[in-house]
Amino acid sequence: MLKIFTILADIITYQWFGLEKGHHLTEAVHFFIEDTTKIFFLLVTIIFVVAIIRSFFPPERTRSFLAGKNLFVAHVLAAALGVVTPFCSCSACPLFIGFVEAGIPLGVTFSFLISSPMVNEVALVLLFGLFGWKIAAIYLFTGLIVAIFAGIIIGKLNMERYVADYVWEIRMGQAEIPTMTWKERIQYAKGYVREILKKIWLYVLGGIAVGALVHGYVPEDFLLKYAGPSNPLAVPVAVILGVPLYSNAAGVIPIVEALMSKGLPLGTTLAFMMAVTALSFPEMVILSQVLKKQLIMTFVGIVTVTIIFVGYIFNFII
Amino acid sequence: MKIEILGPGCPRCQALEANAKEAVKELGLEAEVEKVTEMGKIMAYGVMSTPGIVVDGKVKGSGKLFSVEEIKEMLKG
Repeated sequence: MLKIFTILADIITYQWFGLEKGHHLTEAVHFFIEDTTKIFFLLVTIIFVVAIIRSFFPPERTRSFLAGKNLFVAHVLAAALGVVTPFCSCSACPLFIGFVEAGIPLGVTFSFLISSPMVNEVALVLLFGLFGWKIAAIYLFTGLIVAIFAGIIIGKLNMERYVADYVWEIRMGQAEIPTMTWKERIQYAKGYVREILKKIWLYVLGGIAVGALVHGYVPEDFLLKYAGPSNPLAVPVAVILGVPLYSNAAGVIPIVEALMSKGLPLGTTLAFMMAVTALSFPEMVILSQVLKKQLIMTFVGIVTVTIIFVGYIFNFII
Repeated sequence: MKIEILGPGCPRCQALEANAKEAVKELGLEAEVEKVTEMGKIMAYGVMSTPGIVVDGKVKGSGKLFSVEEIKEMLKG
């Protein structure tokens, strides 16, 4: 079905612009047209559907769903619900307190907090549109496994004393969970699509433009020399580079796709993208309101090591 | 009438406050719009996703940047 965007780019590049096949410029232009039309189409349709699904899972419901479940089941559920529950980093604190107050174990709360930003619909749409469904699925499942695993480890460390003291004193009130009509869900979804697109459209365009230049001008296998599987430092370096790029996941993924076509191995690519989405400096600052710094460091450390590990595994298998 | 905007001070909370003030003005109501940033108070309303909006002590919505029109509906109802 996505072939239609290749055909569209063929027509515009070769017929309207009259560019000749095989040139660097032609390839860059073709790539840019194909990817922008495809990605924006996918973003609008998929985010709309995701938002409709999300309207059924407000965080208050997720919370009551997770409370009192068997520990392992709770980790798995928390990671999975992280994908569909609406989350923005400025809500991280009330969400954290709400979970802890409901008696949800700390580790389970972290499984949710890790999966929610990492496995988000924008990243998945871009991965699906640019890399195909296989890589999108690999990202989804490894992302969930990272969230479950890191959450379990944090839970085992018994770090409750490193949660800010006032958190334990807060008592949460009972709010009615608003029931929405279908009309309201559709309204909500429309607003959600608009809000997300407004935030990311420029990054997406910029990312695809840089990606297009890389596709057109950088020689094949260029990166294989420097960042191929034979360089053991490539994965940790990719992860460290990914951290400051947060909130630009939308702009980073098209560039990464282009880099992968120039020889960046899959494991390094995955590790880099996970670092971009999961580890963000602004979110740590926000979480420092509810977590003492020992716990934040542990959280960052465990997630970093897990992601690096994922990178090595995939580079080793493939 | 008292309108409270729940949120730690993120951009969406500020935008919601502005929308609430606009809604009050358009309806010509006597109402004060107040920001609640203290986490304990936000949680006491049972709200887990910010921003939230409370009218006369009752939570009217959360987790979304409500438009001026939507807030007008809340204030009428």
